[in-house]
Amino acid sequence: MSDTTHGDTGHGHEVEPITYTQSDERGRILLGLDEHRSRRTDTSQRAAKRAERQIAGMFTFAAICFVAAIAAYLLVPKHDIVWVPVLGNVSASNLSLGGLIGLGTLLIGVGAIQWARALMPDEEVIQERHELRGSDEAREDTIEQFRRGAQESGFMSRPIIRRSLLGAMALFPLPIAFLLGDLGTAPDDKLRHTAWGNKPRTRILNQGSGQMVRPEDLAVGGLINAIPVGLTELEEQEGSQNARAKAAIILVRMNPDEIKSTQGPNWDYEGIVAYSKICTHVGCPISLYQQRTHSLLCPCHQSTFDLSDSGRAVFGPAARHMPQLQLDVDSEGYLVAVGDFAEPVGPSFWERG
Amino acid sequence: MKGKPAVNVSSSKRRRPMAAGVLLLLALVSTGAAYAVTTSALSAKSSSAANAANADNARQGKLLFTEGCSSCHGLAAQGGSNGPSLVGVGAAAVDFQVGTGRMPMAAAGVQARRKPPVYTQAEIDKLAAYVASLGPGPSVPKASQYDFSDANVAAGGEIYRLNCSQCHNYAGKGGALSDGKVAPQLMDASPKQIYEAMITGPQSMPVFSDRQIPAKNKQEIIAYINYLQSAPDPGGSALGRLGPVTETVFLFTVAIGALVAFAIWIGSKAR
Repeated sequence: MSDTTHGDTGHGHEVEPITYTQSDERGRILLGLDEHRSRRTDTSQRAAKRAERQIAGMFTFAAICFVAAIAAYLLVPKHDIVWVPVLGNVSASNLSLGGLIGLGTLLIGVGAIQWARALMPDEEVIQERHELRGSDEAREDTIEQFRRGAQESGFMSRPIIRRSLLGAMALFPLPIAFLLGDLGTAPDDKLRHTAWGNKPRTRILNQGSGQMVRPEDLAVGGLINAIPVGLTELEEQEGSQNARAKAAIILVRMNPDEIKSTQGPNWDYEGIVAYSKICTHVGCPISLYQQRTHSLLCPCHQSTFDLSDSGRAVFGPAARHMPQLQLDVDSEGYLVAVGDFAEPVGPSFWERG
Repeated sequence: MKGKPAVNVSSSKRRRPMAAGVLLLLALVSTGAAYAVTTSALSAKSSSAANAANADNARQGKLLFTEGCSSCHGLAAQGGSNGPSLVGVGAAAVDFQVGTGRMPMAAAGVQARRKPPVYTQAEIDKLAAYVASLGPGPSVPKASQYDFSDANVAAGGEIYRLNCSQCHNYAGKGGALSDGKVAPQLMDASPKQIYEAMITGPQSMPVFSDRQIPAKNKQEIIAYINYLQSAPDPGGSALGRLGPVTETVFLFTVAIGALVAFAIWIGSKAR
């Protein structure tokens, strides 16, 4: 056991590392470790043998589980449903495959951990820690090498090479910046218009039935999820559902005397009102309508809009009311939206103003 | 007494006890017969829902209404501070609300909950007839309207997800509304009750009349809900089919708990 005292750092002296061998008592005291406790498997040969048998048993059982899983895959019918306590009516195949493979994997892991805990040596080993700072000689050597390298490359003595290299490196990121800039087109004023503005007096399509909506289709207290006629063709044309994400509306009917206000004069039609579906908070589409309180409740963050009162936000984090569509009836008796929304639909964006 | 009285002298005395007995028996028999006849006639009438608007039913319904419903809904069902007007709600609304036990409400509150019905079906039909006589409204659907034996379950699932799942949850397990109201779970609903709920729009639920959702689509929805009521969970316990709520509770308690337990075990010193 070598037993050297600390060298004085910071004065360029050679520092000899302190070495400890295993279970060195002085090392233990210096490091504050408790006295070493033996495990049962260290002192008793029988305990060690039993641990060995248990671990081997776990590995063996894991092997059996894997073979059983193969058998289960081949033998358990795919569509069988069994009742199991706690889980309920589950697929027999899922349960047997998952259970067996899972159990086998678990047993391999548990066996390995138990092997390390119970049988592998558990002596504390003390590791050396050298000083991080290098010796003065090594430092001078390094600096000298770097200086020599710089000089030999001629970086400082050949200015034409140096400047042309710097110029090339400066221009290197520019093409990447241009490519990245082309990742998407700026929305321009697309966010301010929806498909309802493509044609004046657009008819309204019941999203569920695919039929155009007439006022008499909607009973008092009823709701219809609707889109503008021509939207599916527009989607095929544009190759995306962006138009639907802005144009989806909800049509509800209430008693005309229950309407407290609308966003414009006579924007309702005999108690039928049309509002955008897209929440003005973060943009979730809202379908949850409570008939008696006329409130539209967004499931995402519980913004609630009163559709009898211009879609005003009465609860939740939404800051703005729900945009409304002006309704009318055309000469053939179908419900139409007179024009586009009076404001951009959906959540706020920087240029919304 | 000297000598026996002549038969015709004491005949009235002798016949009176017997006559009284016979009269009593006759009265009982005739009352019982009359009762049996009228109740069988009534049950024959009320078993066919199409006759619910029968005037006799409506009259008996008014008596039941006055006794059990008028305290909140008003003597003429005009409504009051405790209950809305029932004029125009239709027989279907009564059949649904009273048939699911929601009415009479256990206590005033924001939501009437399903509970064991208080009235028999015959009484419900009478109440329905009375309310239907107050003003036109949705009538009780015929069995052919909610017969879903030919309905396409997958199509029903699509319509259900479009119109119903936002309140009632993807698996019909119900959901929360604002102010303490709920959209109830659908696991106990019968096909007739589902149909009636759609056409009457009970409590917070919107009205889905046959013009908005045709009867055929309603049958598909009923078929889908019927499937949900008995569908197994092949992948394992669905934890109430409530989605992230119960699954997160499970993860953060059982699953992470198990991982923490394993971690403690791995790092512990063997004895």
